Amino acid sequence: MASMLRCCSASGCRSAGGEALQQALVEARSRAGAGDGAPVIKAVGCLRLCSRGPLVAVDGPAGSVLYGEVPSARAAELLEACAAPPRAAAARRALASHALDLRHPFFALQEPVVLETCGLIDPESIDDAMAHGAYSTLHRCQAELTPAQVREQVRLSGLRGRGGAGYPTGLKWDTVALQPPGPRWLVANADEGDPGAFMDRAVLEGDPHRLIEGMAIAAWAVGADQGLIYVRAEYPLAIARLRRALAEVQARGQLGSLRLRVRVGAGAYVCGEETALLASIQGRRGNPRPRPPYPAQLGLWGAPTLINNVETLAAIPAILRRGAADYAALGTAGSRGTKVFSLSGAVRHTGLVEVPMGTSLRTIVVTMGGGVPGGEGADGGVKAVQTGGPSGGCIPAALLDTPVDYEGLRALGSMMGSGGMVVIDQATGMLELARYFMRFSVAESCGKCVPCRAGTVQLLQLLDRFCDQRASPADLAQLHDLCAMVKATSLCGLGQCAPNPVLSTLRHFHQEVVSALAVAPGGAP
Amino acid sequence: MSVLTLWVDGAAVAVPAGASLLEASRAANVEVPTLCHLDGLAPVGACRLCLVEVDLPGDGSPTRLVPACSTAAGEGLVVRTATVQLQRFRRMAVELLFAEGNHVCAFCVANGACELQDAAVAVGMDHSRFPFQYPRRHVDASHPHFVIDHHRCILCTRCVRVCDEIEGAHVWDVANRGSHCQIIAGLDQPWGTVEACTSCGKCVDVCPTGALAHNDDTTAEKRAARERPALLRSARERQRWHNQGGPP
Amino acid sequence: MVVPVRLSAAPKPLARPVLYSGFHPGAAMEQAKPSFPEASIPEHRHADALIEVLHQVQQQRGYLPAEALAQVARDLALPLSRVHGVATFYHLFALQPPTSHCCSVCLGTACFVKGAGVLVAALEQRLGLRFGARSPQRRDAEGSDGDAWSLREESCLGACAQAPVLRVDGQLVLGLPVSDPSRLAACFGALALPDRAAEAA
Repeated sequence: MASMLRCCSASGCRSAGGEALQQALVEARSRAGAGDGAPVIKAVGCLRLCSRGPLVAVDGPAGSVLYGEVPSARAAELLEACAAPPRAAAARRALASHALDLRHPFFALQEPVVLETCGLIDPESIDDAMAHGAYSTLHRCQAELTPAQVREQVRLSGLRGRGGAGYPTGLKWDTVALQPPGPRWLVANADEGDPGAFMDRAVLEGDPHRLIEGMAIAAWAVGADQGLIYVRAEYPLAIARLRRALAEVQARGQLGSLRLRVRVGAGAYVCGEETALLASIQGRRGNPRPRPPYPAQLGLWGAPTLINNVETLAAIPAILRRGAADYAALGTAGSRGTKVFSLSGAVRHTGLVEVPMGTSLRTIVVTMGGGVPGGEGADGGVKAVQTGGPSGGCIPAALLDTPVDYEGLRALGSMMGSGGMVVIDQATGMLELARYFMRFSVAESCGKCVPCRAGTVQLLQLLDRFCDQRASPADLAQLHDLCAMVKATSLCGLGQCAPNPVLSTLRHFHQEVVSALAVAPGGAP
Repeated sequence: MSVLTLWVDGAAVAVPAGASLLEASRAANVEVPTLCHLDGLAPVGACRLCLVEVDLPGDGSPTRLVPACSTAAGEGLVVRTATVQLQRFRRMAVELLFAEGNHVCAFCVANGACELQDAAVAVGMDHSRFPFQYPRRHVDASHPHFVIDHHRCILCTRCVRVCDEIEGAHVWDVANRGSHCQIIAGLDQPWGTVEACTSCGKCVDVCPTGALAHNDDTTAEKRAARERPALLRSARERQRWHNQGGPP
Repeated sequence: MVVPVRLSAAPKPLARPVLYSGFHPGAAMEQAKPSFPEASIPEHRHADALIEVLHQVQQQRGYLPAEALAQVARDLALPLSRVHGVATFYHLFALQPPTSHCCSVCLGTACFVKGAGVLVAALEQRLGLRFGARSPQRRDAEGSDGDAWSLREESCLGACAQAPVLRVDGQLVLGLPVSDPSRLAACFGALALPDRAAEAA
C-alpha cells in the first residue's frame, strides 16, 4: 500500500490549523520531489480526538501512527515518517511527543459502525468513498432483496431513532411503506441543534456518502422517490460537502430515479422537532403542530413522510451489509447497536466516541475521556454528566456505573438525546447549569403554546431567584408545580422536555437546591 | 356517514366519524374550556385549556393528555375532561396568560365580554401566583375603524386565521418567537397603512379579549361576534345560510 | 377531518347512548374542517421556497431590508405579514444592516462549562459593548460605518471539543484561555479586536 498522510479536515481541526498543516505538507512534498513513492496527502473526516487537533494519521510501511497538535513547521518530518522503516524511525522519534497512543481506551474501546469509514475516506471524493464500499450495499439490496425484506432487516436489527426519542426505526419505515398508494417523501433530519452535540456534523463533514446511501436504501424500502436533507445553517462545511457529494452521486447515476436535495435551515432549534421541521421545509415558521396525525401518515405536501436522524440513516448501510443479527449482537436488549457520543466539557480527552449501547457512563467519561483534567479518585473528579442537552438532565457521579441506553437514562430523569455528553466538574453549580438550559429553552421556544412560551419564562425567573440566593420554600414548591405543568401540557417535545434539566437537578442535587434557599427573613414570602 | 361511540366523563356519546373530542364533549353536554379554538377556524391546539385525559381502550397504555379541539374522536375512547390534575393545569395556564400580558379588566373595552375573563372564572382563578411581567407593548390606532392593543393580546391567532381562512386577505401574522411573539399587520407596519386590509372587521369579531376592538368602543362596550366564522363557512361551503338573523 | 387516534381493542358496550343529533356550528363544520391543522391551506410550490429565497437575499444584501421583503412577497405571491413572520422567526435572518465587524460567542453547553461567561465579560469590557449590543451606527458619506462592532451570541457551533469558542468576522477561534487574563488579552490583540477600554482611559 502506498504510504499516506490522512489530515483531519473536520471544522474543528481546520480551525485549529489543520488547513495550514495540510498546505504545508503539500509544499514539503513538492520540495522533496513528488516521485512515484511520494506519500498521498488526503483530507479525511473526523479522527475523533478533537482536543488534540490538528490531527494527522501517518500510514506507512512502518505502520500507522496518529499525531496531534502538529505545527505546520514539522510537515517535513511527518512526510519522513511515512517512509520505509529505517528512515521513518528517526522522524517518528523526533515526533514522539506528538504521537497519540492508539491503544489508549479512548481509541481502543471504540466500536466504529456509523463512523467506520469516517477518517479513512476523502469526503470530497466519490471515487474514494466507492473504493471503500459506498453504494455497494444499496445495489446489493436492490438486486437481492425486496423492500419488505429490507424493512424486516431494519426491524430485526433493533435500530431505534438516534435523534433522541428512540422510536423503533423499522416500525416507522413500515408505517410509511404501508400507507395507501401514492407519493412518499423521505427527510433526513440534520438539524443538530442540541448544544454540546456534534455527531451528525462529523458524519456530514466526514462521510456524506454514507448518509446518502442510507437515504437511498430507506427511500427504496418505503417507496419514496424524493428526499430532502434539512441541515442547520450553522454547519457551512457540512452543507458544502453534502452538496458536492449529492452532485457527484447524481452525476454518476448511482441513485436511479431518486431525487435528493439539501435544504438549509435558518437558525431555529425547534426545527429538529419533526412537525416543525416539515413546516420549515415548506417555507413557514417552525411551529410544531399536534400529533396525530404523524408525519408518517401526513407529512410534506400531505404525503406520508419518513423522517430519520442522520445517525440513524448512516447506520443503515452497515446494518444491511453486516446483517441485522450481527448489528443486534451489539448493545443491550432494549437498545441495540452502537451510539456515537460527542464528549466535551470538563474532560481531558474531548471528541467523538462510538461505543456499543450499554457501555457505562464511567467507561465513557473516566476510562475513555480521562475524567476532569487534574481530577482525582475513581470518579476522576467528575461531578455530573449532562446528556440529552436542553431536553435531558444531569447524572451525578454516584451513578456513573449506569449503562447508557434509552431506558437507563430515562429512568434517571435524563435522556439519550442526540448524543451530546458534557462532563461537569466541581466548579460548575448545578442550578446555574439548569438556568443555562432554561435560558436556552426560553430563547428557542417558538411561542405557539402557552406553557412553553410563558411557562419557561416564569421557570427562568424562579431559577434566577435560586441562583441569587433569594428563593423561598414557596418558590421551591412553585418550581415543582410549574415544571410538572409545562412537562405535561406543552405541545411539542421542546416544551415537554424543557423542565427536565430542572427536574434532574431537583432530584439528584437536592442539597444544592436547598442550600440555595434564602436565609430568612430576607427571602421569606 | 359512520358513527363512533365513546365515553366522555362516564357518559356514552355517539358522534359522526371525523368529529373532534371537543364536539364529542359538547354532545355529552360537557363544557370544556377553550381559548384559541373557535368554531369555523382551523384548530391549532395552542392555548392548552382544552386538554383532556384520554385512555385508549383496553391496551393499558398510559393516559395521555390531548387537546380536545384538534384530536379526533375514536371508537371506544375513554375521555375525562375535568380531573383534579386537569383543573390544576388549566388554572395555571390561565394564570400564565394573565401574568404574560397587561390585562386590567376594570377599564378594558371587553370587560364582561372577554373569553379570558370567562376562562378565569371557569377555572376558579382569582389572582395569579406568577409574577406579572408588565411587558412593554404598544397600541396601534392607525386604522380608521379599529384599534389593536397588544397589551391585551393572548396570541390565540384567531385574527390571523379568520383573516386568512375566511376573508382571504391574510393581513395578520405572528412575528418573532417565544415570549417576543407579536401579532403583526403587513410588514409590521401600522394597520391603517396595510393595503391588504378590507376593513371587514372579522378579526375584531373573533378576538377573545379586548386586544382588537372598534375604535369608538369604550370600557365594557366591546361587541364581539364570535359565531361569525362558523356561519360564514357554513354559507360558503355548504350553501346553508344560518347568518340571516331572526324575523325583521 | 381529523385523523383518528389509533385504536386496538373492541368497543365497550354502551350503557346509555346519547344520540348525536342537535345542531351546533362545530358539528356543521365537520365537512369543512381542513384535513389537519395549519398545514391545510393549499400550498403553492412557490411559497415553499420562501426560506431559500430569504437566504439568497440576505447573501446579496447582507440583511433583509423591508423593501426586499416586500419584493419577495410580491414575487412569491405571498402575504407581507407571512414573509415578515418567517423572516423574524429564524435567528439567522437579520432585519438590521450588519456592523462591519462582528464578534460572536458560542453559548453551547461545553462552552458554558468551560467559561464562556468569563469570555463574554472580557469581551464586553474590551469592546465597550453590552452582550447582544452593537456600536452606534455612524455611517459616513460612503455608507461605511467605520469600525463598528457588534457582540452577540451564537448557537452551538459544534466545536464543543475545543470550547470555549468565539467567532470573529466569520473566523472560528478555538480554546480561548479564559483562566489567564493576560493570555486572553493577547488573543484578543491577535484578533485585532479594538480595545475600547484602553482608548477611553
